[in-house]
Amino acid sequence: MTAGVYVAAELVWPTIDWGLPALSFGRLRTAHTTLVLFGFGVSALIGTAFYSVQRTSHVRLFAPGLAWAVFYAWQAAIVLGAVSILAGWNAGKEYAELEWPFDLAITAAWVGFAIVFFGTIAKRKVDAIYISNWFYGALIIVVAMLHIVNSLALPVTAGKSYSLFAGAQDAVVQWWYGHNAVGFLLTGGFLGMLYYFLPKQSEQPIWSYRLSIIAFWAFVYTYIWAGPHHLHYHAVPEWLQSLGMVMSLILLAPSWATLVNGIMTVSGAAGKLKTDPALKFIVLALAFYGLATFEGPMLAIKSVNVFSHFTEWTIGHVHSGALGWNALITFGTFYFLVPRLAGAPLYSARLANIHFWLALGGTILYALAMWGAGVSQGVLWLSLDELGEVRFSFNDVMAAMRPYYLLRFLAGLMFLAGAVLMAWNLARTVAGRRTILVAPPAIVGAGAPA
Amino acid sequence: MSWLSLHHRLERHTGLLIFGILLVSAIGGMVQLLPIVSEDTHGHGLPGSMLYSALELEGRDIYIRESCSTCHTQQIRPLLAEVKRYGPYSRAEEFVYDRPFLWGSKRTGPDLHRIGGRYSDVWHRLHLIDPRSVVPASIMPAYPWLATNAADHRGSIQARMRALAKLGHPYTAVDISGAPAGLEGKTELDAVIAYLQSMGRSNGGQAQP
Repeated sequence: MTAGVYVAAELVWPTIDWGLPALSFGRLRTAHTTLVLFGFGVSALIGTAFYSVQRTSHVRLFAPGLAWAVFYAWQAAIVLGAVSILAGWNAGKEYAELEWPFDLAITAAWVGFAIVFFGTIAKRKVDAIYISNWFYGALIIVVAMLHIVNSLALPVTAGKSYSLFAGAQDAVVQWWYGHNAVGFLLTGGFLGMLYYFLPKQSEQPIWSYRLSIIAFWAFVYTYIWAGPHHLHYHAVPEWLQSLGMVMSLILLAPSWATLVNGIMTVSGAAGKLKTDPALKFIVLALAFYGLATFEGPMLAIKSVNVFSHFTEWTIGHVHSGALGWNALITFGTFYFLVPRLAGAPLYSARLANIHFWLALGGTILYALAMWGAGVSQGVLWLSLDELGEVRFSFNDVMAAMRPYYLLRFLAGLMFLAGAVLMAWNLARTVAGRRTILVAPPAIVGAGAPA
Repeated sequence: MSWLSLHHRLERHTGLLIFGILLVSAIGGMVQLLPIVSEDTHGHGLPGSMLYSALELEGRDIYIRESCSTCHTQQIRPLLAEVKRYGPYSRAEEFVYDRPFLWGSKRTGPDLHRIGGRYSDVWHRLHLIDPRSVVPASIMPAYPWLATNAADHRGSIQARMRALAKLGHPYTAVDISGAPAGLEGKTELDAVIAYLQSMGRSNGGQAQP
């Protein structure tokens, strides 16, 4: 997250990489996406999967030693992988930049994750497999499939390989991977989190069991078709683009079926929303899930995509999902889990509330800044004058982005400040000390590291 | 209801659930990927979509190392404004030697697919070392280290070309044995410029507008 804020600052003040290759925008931005997606996102998923699968199966983890090995292997692979990207190892495929030694390492860790998870389910004492575990299961199976196919490459040296696919073929494989990594990791995996923690924290049963079955299978079937919407008007066949667009629109149905199920589940616990920080985060995340899964299909329509593609709008869309949905629900689970694990109540509900508003404000400001920037870019780039020539030079449009980039940097800083506050709050909770509630210190606004 | 009782069995059987998810999720990918990746593209290249020379390949691999495709696309869409701004639209045949493809997804900077020949080598040299010396409003990072690093200082160019030959790129034994000589005395900056100047040279088989 800190890397994200730093690269945002580099777009406002381009010389703050200080001439260091490792701090250069391209490398640092790649490290940012890798760390957030695989470091933050996947770690949160593995952690919550191991926690909830035991409780929904009424047994301890299968092969607990292997579970620890998965933890250490995953952390080591991602941290060293990020370092390797900063050092210039890069496979060149978006959101799959780690080079082949790391691809092998994370595959091994993933297999361990699968063995522990499915092993635990296999020895469960509960009759049916609970729905959160279907989503976690889909995450494990589908992401494994995507990762293995997309990472197929011929190694040359330790830090260099060439993709088995070339050109347009490589593009089609990459966006099948890229879109569905979002789908089954950031959407499906986190829905597993939702289906466990939302009913737990709101103390309400899932509203409709049938709806959850339909939504799950429609989601698993439909999502995988939507990748080509990343390649509208690109040098790939027309039928593929149209198919990708239609399936992206259909995807709205299963996405919102889950949204409806979630909202109806929590509607019985509206009173608890006022006082419970964990529930607040989870329900706000659900709202952003609804917004992002509506915006996605809209952006996949070719006539909308013609404006939005290649612009900051895409970045805004990703972040309203990544900050608003993934990060917020993860924060919610942290506020749920840490007091339980520490055996002590949350250190400060007031700090958690401040965090809530910082996170909400940061996400909204971020999305607004990127909408402004993206719509401007989309319209100005394609604008023609009376003679049919382009009206604005690329440089003019780029220079007009500066205020938006500055606003985005501030939004990121705000979100990060909230996360720092949470880290402190949770550390104090773990320490288990009870002190009289104090006013939040200065780190709220200014003291967050950039 | 019968489908509910079917699901009743599915959600009680770990192996069945795993198999079901795998089956249902694989359909879309198979329909979309298999027709595309099974096509043999070699020999489909336009006359101008030549193989990258050793120096251009080195430049391309540095472009990948620095993640240039984070901010620069290599894909001109068949839209009037894009063709006016960047040149003839991109065609699939032009990318058959691109491993991986570098189309990108975001234009923080301009598209580069037809950048070749648009600016002089000297302009590129100044621009890469200090972008703001030639484009005052630029937010591109400076790449001063390219000028001081020798091209292929790890000495892997022949191994890389052999790997690509194995994947079907028609490099000859002479191309590969002559590669180190082609990089002799060159810097990484020279290599990147050679790659940039090679880009889009086939023009997609289309005339300039």
